[in-house]
Amino acid sequence: MAQFLEYSVIGIASGGVYVLAALGFVIIYKAGSVFNFAMGEMMMIGAYMFYAVGVNLDFGWLAGLLFAVIGSAVLAMAIERALLRPMIGKPVVVLVMITLGVGSMLRGAAGLIWGPSIVQLPEFLPRKPIFLGDILIPGKLAWGLLGVGALALAFVAYYRFSRAGIAIRAISSDQVTAAGLGINIGQVFSLTWAMGGVLAAAAGIVAGAVNGVTPQLGVVALDVLAVVMLAGMTSIEGVMVAGIFIGWLETMVGAYLGAAWQSFLPYLVVLLAMTVKPTGLFGEHRIERI
Amino acid sequence: MRAETDQNQQPGSPEAGAAGAVAKSILASAAGRAALWILLAAALAAFPKISSVYLLYMASLVAINVIATTGLNITVGYAGLLSIGHSAFIGVGAYASALLWLHAGTPLLVNVVAGAFAAFLVGLVFGVPSLRIKGVYLAIATLAAQYSLYFIFQQWVVVTGGDRGLSLPRTNLFGLGDVGFYYFVVGLAAVLCLAARNLFRTRIGRAFIAVRERDYAAEVLGINVVRYKLLAFGLGAAYAGVAGAMIGVFLRIVNPDQFTIIASIFFLAAVVVGGRASILGSILGAGFMTLMPELLRAVLDLVGGGGRLDIAIVLSPVRETIFGALIVGFLMFEPRGLAGIVDRLRGRSEIIDSRPEAA
Repeated sequence: MAQFLEYSVIGIASGGVYVLAALGFVIIYKAGSVFNFAMGEMMMIGAYMFYAVGVNLDFGWLAGLLFAVIGSAVLAMAIERALLRPMIGKPVVVLVMITLGVGSMLRGAAGLIWGPSIVQLPEFLPRKPIFLGDILIPGKLAWGLLGVGALALAFVAYYRFSRAGIAIRAISSDQVTAAGLGINIGQVFSLTWAMGGVLAAAAGIVAGAVNGVTPQLGVVALDVLAVVMLAGMTSIEGVMVAGIFIGWLETMVGAYLGAAWQSFLPYLVVLLAMTVKPTGLFGEHRIERI
Repeated sequence: MRAETDQNQQPGSPEAGAAGAVAKSILASAAGRAALWILLAAALAAFPKISSVYLLYMASLVAINVIATTGLNITVGYAGLLSIGHSAFIGVGAYASALLWLHAGTPLLVNVVAGAFAAFLVGLVFGVPSLRIKGVYLAIATLAAQYSLYFIFQQWVVVTGGDRGLSLPRTNLFGLGDVGFYYFVVGLAAVLCLAARNLFRTRIGRAFIAVRERDYAAEVLGINVVRYKLLAFGLGAAYAGVAGAMIGVFLRIVNPDQFTIIASIFFLAAVVVGGRASILGSILGAGFMTLMPELLRAVLDLVGGGGRLDIAIVLSPVRETIFGALIVGFLMFEPRGLAGIVDRLRGRSEIIDSRPEAA
């Protein structure tokens, strides 16, 4: 029982990373209806930026964190402005293929700069384990979860209460009307991509701090799609529940059935979710059926 | 709205130039076209006589990839259903035909058909979500197919041999060895390309295009959208299955690492680079994408020769970067791909993605 609880806590903590990345995903999708397959690669690049400044240039982890967050936001905005903005109005399939291409470019670039082997991020989370009664929680995970939780809450608060958050929601429900009411749609796109970049970088750094970083991190991080699908593509609250649930389930399956099942499980969930309830558990009923 | 290439001929653009003019005058006459086809067939038939072992190997690989790319183009280009799991369907064909060969010892042609059929069925299974969902959701279903099938290839060790995969015996087609295989696969690719080209002159093919352009309108016109979407999915997968069966025979090994998502993106890039909704595009795209890494290796050898650059390490990320850049670049600046460039030289032009709003 104690072991089960311990795995549960570890699972919930690793679900936190999914929550962050999935939030970034949803915010970009809500504003521009762009399904960003490069999200995993944005996580990976964020983690590498952290590594480059924190370890390669040896400025310490705080500077690395700052650089990764700002750099990822700028990179995400640049991707949106240069590659996706000109394609507005093209079929969704084309936009999605562009994000796939961007992902491939980022993966290749990371491989060129940092090489194919795994790098370890600097130790910035305390290692000391935390004991809750009988349960032992690895220190990195616990502190990572705290950071993730704080960031996610800050994000939701900003989205709920700020003017920019209202503008995003307005665009998400009707672009033309929102533009007519004086919302600068281009600016909102930039803003949502910047937010997506920051969330991706944070998720990438936490994931990298636990498991190390390789150029393939982005492909692994595609598991986030399972979270987004289960939650329904547009639901902020749904993503939080689904992220933690998938993280928990994955850890459980990994612990009791073996690691190979772990990588397969998220996609099994996706297939089930799509066959049974394509809108996801919390999604808007916006999907057109034929 | 988009019309078939042949119906939308426009006067040649002035900048097409002298080369275009010559090409046009040859292509204008039926006799000229027939002569070109015969010339092409003769060149393909004579190729093994003049080529080295390496060139023959590359030519066979290009032919296999042409089959797979044509299949993906049916799904993505003509029917407008984004598939990111194409290499998994190739894998299904490869395993099905290899297993049949190893355990039943059936002749090659039977194995190829069985591989195509198996991939067709699996494609239908994963196409079922398209009954209820569309657009991006379908793309994720294919991604799920990619990972699920890879998982099965890797974990069902008793049947698939796990990570080590299946080793196949050497084939000797027509008693000609590698040359025989070349003839077989080139012939197969030619037949399948012709079949695909003719498909889009039939009711089924036109229905695919109608569904891509506007599914509601297609439905109103009496097209069973769900059935045609599934069919487009299954057909693309069947072509992948044929390519898979050929890859197994060609490399004499079938293992999970041949069928990763990277390979799926390779074929997607081939479709985009060659030209969506074009058979000529599939051929050009597959050829370009297959030969590009080889060219790249030569360039890297030249630039980084003398051991300054570890080519084995650099090649794979450079290739990935270029794949990605090609996808993005062609979508943005030449949405009709290499086939569009060829068409422009021939004095034809046509706009793809004429549809203003998103699907």
